[in-house]
This record gives sequence, structure tokens and C-alpha cells, in this order.
Amino acid sequence: MADMIQSPIQAADAAASSPKMTARGVSVFYGEKKAVDDVSIDIHREHVTAFIGPSGCGKSTFLRTLNRMNDTIGSARVEGRIELDSEDIYASSMDVVQLRARVGMVFQKPNPFPKSIFENVAYGPRIHGLAAGKAELDVIVERSLRRAGLWDEVKDRLAESGTALSGGQQQRLCIARAIAVDPEVILMDEPASALDPIATARIEELIHELRGNYAIVIVTHNMQQAARVSQRTAFFHLGVLVEYGETSAIFTNPRETRTKDYITGRYG
Amino acid sequence: MSLGAITLLILGLGVVAWLAARARAAAFAAPDRPRPHSLPGQHGWYVALWTAVPALIFLAIWRQVSGNLIYASVMASPEAAALPAFDMQRQAILSEAYALATGRAETAFNPQAGILAPVYESAIGFYNWIGLAVALLVAFAGGAWAYSRVSPQFRARTRVERIIMMGLLVASLIAILTTLGIVLSLLFESLRFFSMVSPVEFLFGLNWSPQMAIRADQAGSSGAFGAIPLFWGTIFIGAIIAMIVAIPLGLMSAIYLTQYASSRLRAWMKPLLEILAGVPTVVYGYFAALTVAPAVRDLGLSIGIPASTESALAAGLVMGIMIIPFVSSMADDSIAAVPQAMRDGSLAMGATTSETIRKVLVPAALPGVVGGVLLAVSRAIGETMIVVMAAGLAANLTANPFDSVTTVTTQIVQLLTGDQEFDSPKTLAAFALGLVLFMVTLALNIVALRVVKKYREAYD
Repeated sequence: MADMIQSPIQAADAAASSPKMTARGVSVFYGEKKAVDDVSIDIHREHVTAFIGPSGCGKSTFLRTLNRMNDTIGSARVEGRIELDSEDIYASSMDVVQLRARVGMVFQKPNPFPKSIFENVAYGPRIHGLAAGKAELDVIVERSLRRAGLWDEVKDRLAESGTALSGGQQQRLCIARAIAVDPEVILMDEPASALDPIATARIEELIHELRGNYAIVIVTHNMQQAARVSQRTAFFHLGVLVEYGETSAIFTNPRETRTKDYITGRYG
Repeated sequence: MSLGAITLLILGLGVVAWLAARARAAAFAAPDRPRPHSLPGQHGWYVALWTAVPALIFLAIWRQVSGNLIYASVMASPEAAALPAFDMQRQAILSEAYALATGRAETAFNPQAGILAPVYESAIGFYNWIGLAVALLVAFAGGAWAYSRVSPQFRARTRVERIIMMGLLVASLIAILTTLGIVLSLLFESLRFFSMVSPVEFLFGLNWSPQMAIRADQAGSSGAFGAIPLFWGTIFIGAIIAMIVAIPLGLMSAIYLTQYASSRLRAWMKPLLEILAGVPTVVYGYFAALTVAPAVRDLGLSIGIPASTESALAAGLVMGIMIIPFVSSMADDSIAAVPQAMRDGSLAMGATTSETIRKVLVPAALPGVVGGVLLAVSRAIGETMIVVMAAGLAANLTANPFDSVTTVTTQIVQLLTGDQEFDSPKTLAAFALGLVLFMVTLALNIVALRVVKKYREAYD
């Protein structure tokens, strides 16, 4: 453990033999403004990786580079190299549609489509042609809703609109929607920040359960949440990755004073 | 002194009152005293408004009343006793005398007018002097009362604000009352029509031929007022053919402009599209009648369908083009109102842009688009110039788009052009048609606005 505190990259490399995703020297610009500066990080399978840091530190922006959602913002430009299973995701040979099927995303504000609960979950499988018929689609929808811990609450009203659910249920519906296409990585951008404490606890439980099957990256403002759900934590400040390592190490024995100040509530 | 000059005088008094009140209020401000409630300019406005507005309202009323008073006093004069008894002749002489008296004519054709002119002149002068005196009295009274109230504690700011609010209220009432007046006039003329022709025949009859014999001995039909062919023609052109053109083109251009076009392209394409909405409809009419209609006829004949030069298709196509910017800008607004989160959610699932548009954006924007389409239909069925020029006059009940049909608006134009007889059902039918058109477009607008409003609430 003592070795791991030496440098973020070394620490990451030591933890697992082949990371699911790697970022090397990634910078993101919005027009002239640099939002993320030279970030290198490894994302591991069957791990929850938490990105923490004050508002505007670039953690959400960096998260969105991992499935190229920044492509939808005209002025955004990404430099550096990001790999998924050693494949460059910004290479011209990489199809962004395929990439996003493999790297799913859950947003800060629950954003179910104005369709039925069933159709919300079936959306991805339909687009990617994952189900041969209605029966298969039913199986996928049920499995996804079960994994998202929502099945028992909605199984009798799958035809109702997804937007009629409560906020916490909507967010779990969005998680079910994301896992319905069987992604390898799930990105979560402050998934519980719009929810009440009980709904938040359910989401955290869910993240914990999902870890066995996916690599999960979660951006959060809530440091207790990061400590509770994640195995690895990255601290961002002013677009720079300050420190990255085992969550327990970051929270009990941070190497950098900036990390320590943030965690103890000195600023942020 | 003419009424125009009196008006100017009153306005001048208002300026004087403004200056005086402001000067008086300005004297209140002193470093050792508490700050006055209102600024000097606001006191100025208060007194100026009280000086000018009541006096101007009096003048407006006086203008109406004095005409009758002048006429009465002229008629009562001994010179008027010699006027001929026949009303038309008498009116001619009087109006000539009036023209002489006000300097609009140099010499009189009728010698009697020359005699009456000085009488008129003196009557006008007399009543204008009364008007001037009363207006000045009102102005001075209003001004003096308002001026006496000017004090450091007086809340001129609030009062002026209230007067402005009332002015705005009156402005909005004028628009509403005018609409009400239009509806009432339509309604009364329509009732006269329905006392001659039964509403059932009008609304459900299949035969439209409104020519009436004016004299008893004249050859001609007795007139048939079944408006179904008109309603069908209106719906066929405005709600079917025009919408088949406008909905897909408008929607697709909105999708392209909101989702695909770069901001530079959008910056010049959107205004260009909106220019279409600014082209006068008569220009569309030329285009429909001279360019599109012959082409449509030739097309119809070449594929073996009986076709006339004035066809439903030609009018409908051009009307559809005219409506495109309307549909497009409504669809544009609705699509832009769908939250970005919706779009991101779909893209993050690995959907392509077009999948996102088809499966998420358009369904989510649909109520807004439907509302826009309903508004477009209500515009299309009320549109007149294109159909007058390109759709024809024959009241055919046909589903052949190459055939000529006629619309409600075209028939209204026909019924009201030329010499009119306002007690004949032929002329009055225009009002009944107008009433139906008004009701239908009103209903469409109400439904459309409700749909749009409900949809807006869903995302706000």
C-alpha cells in the first residue's frame, strides 16, 4: 500500500493488470478556455471510481469525454488519448454509436423519455437491435428493471409514462435504461444530487450491487457518498487531477495538502 | 378658430402646465428638508395630464355634438325657410353651403348655397367659440386643481403611474371592442340572411348558385344557397392539399435547422425562410395563377385526368408553400423547447442524431407541432388572394385535385364585388359565410393555443 501513494498513475497500474479504460494526457477546451488539463487516469473493471472536487473543477467535463458526449457541444475540443480495452475511442475508426452502447451514462437530473416505462427501457435494445422479438425484449426489460431494483415497484404499470414516477424511481429507470444495452462501463454524473436522502441511499445500494458487472465512474459533490460507494477516488481541482488512489487512502491519508483541505472542508 | 387650432392650444397649455408644476416642485428640494415623494418631472406630468386630457376629451365629444347643433341652427334660420322640400336637393344645397363656409369651395353652383354660406359660417364660428371657451375652462380648472395639489408629500409618481396604466387599458380595450363589434355586425347580417334562407339549407345543401333575379320580370335562377361545396373546397385546398405540402416540408426544415445546420448556416437560412412569410399573398396569387396552374393542368392532362386551368391543386400547392414558414417556426420552437437532457439521454444510449429526432424529439415536441399545424390550417382556410386568383369560381363537389373548386373566401369576394343590394340574400350570404369562417378559425385557434399551452406546461 505504501508504494501506491507515490504517484497516481503508478498507484493505478499497481492495482489491476489491465484497466478497462485509460486516459493519457487528456485536455479539454471549450473554445479558448481550458476546462481539463492533462489528466491521466485508469478506470478499472468491477470497481467504482469516484471523481470529487469543487464545482467547475472539470470532473463532469472529463467524465463526458469518456463516452464522447462532449462531441455534442460544438465548441468543445479534446486532446490526448483515451482507450477502452486498448482501443482509441477518439480514433476515426471508432463509431461513436458503438462506443456509447459500451459506455453508458446516467445524468444528474433524471431524464426519462416521455414514453412508457417499458418503452424507456426498451429504447436502447431496439436501437441496437439486441432483441429478436417481443419475447426477448420483455426478458431484457424485466432483467434491466430487476437489476436497477425497480421491477417490483413498476411491474404492474409498465405502460404508464416514465415521467409519472417519483424522482428516485425516475433515476433508477434511467439506470435500467442504461444497463439494458449491456454496457461495459457506466458513467454517472452526480446521479443522486437531485434526490432526497432515502432515494439517494437506494441509488448508492444499487451502485454497490452493479459493481460486480460493470466498471462504474461516478461524479459526486458528496464526499461521504464517494467514501461509501467507491473503491478508488480521484480529486480534481481547477481542471487538474490532483490526486488519485484507493478511496480509503485518499480519505484517511491524503498525499496532497489540497486534497486534505478539500476533504476536511477547508474549501470547496 | 377651428377645432384643430383649439387642440393645439390645449396641448400648448399642457406644456405650460408641465413647466410650471415642475418649477414649483423643484423648489421643494432643499438640503435641510426631507426628500419630496416624487421627482419634479412627475409633478409636471401630473398637472400637464390633468390640464390637457379632460379638455381634449371634451373637444372629442364636442366635435360630434357641434355638427348637429350647427345643422339645427342653420335649419332654424330664416334663410333656410326657402330651401326646397325634397330632401336630396336640400342636402345638396346644404353641403355646398358648408363647403363654401369652410373655404373648401370658391363658388356655388346653386345660388341658394351662396345665401346659406354666411349663415353656416356664423354658426360654425359661434359653436367653435363655445367649444374654445368650454375647453379652456376645463383645461384651466383641471390644471389649477392639479397644480394646487402639488406639495412635497403629494404622490404624483403613483398618480401618473395610474394614469399611464389606464391609458394602456384603454388601448387594449379598443382592440377587444373592435373584435366584438365585428362579430356583432357579422351576426346581425347573418341573422337577416337566415330569416330568408333556412340555416339547414345553408349548412347542408349541396347546391350553390347565389344569383338572384333582381326584378320580377328578369330571367334567372331563384338562387340556391347550399354551402357544402364551398366548405369542401375550402377544406380541400386549405386543410388537405396545403397541409400535405406544408407539414412535411415545414417539419423537415425545422428539424434540419434546429438539429443539423451549423449556427452560421442557420443564421442566414432561417431569416430567408421567414421572408416567405412576408411575401404579399397577392404575389403568391400571381405565381399560382400564371406559373403553377398551367403546369398543373398540363400534368393532369398528360396523365389523362380531366383538368382545368384553375385547379384545387395549384391553389393548394402555392398555399402550402406560403404556410411553410408558419409550420416551420412553430415546429422549430417546439423542438427547441424539448429539454437538452432528453436529447443527451438518447445520444448517450448510442442513438444517432436521426434516431434521437424520430424517437424522442419529435414525439416529445408533437403537441406543439400539432398546435402549430392547427394555427396554420386556420390561416390557410381564411386565406383569400391565392384562391381568388387560382382556385376558380365553380362550386364543384369533387375530390379530383385537378378540377376547379371554390372556397368560402372566394365566394365572399364574389358576392361583395360590384353593385350591391343589401337586402338581397345574395349579398347577405357573404356575411353568413364570413360568420362560419370566423367561428371555425376561432375554434381552431382556441384549440391550438390550448394544446400549445398544455405542452409548454409539461416542460416548464
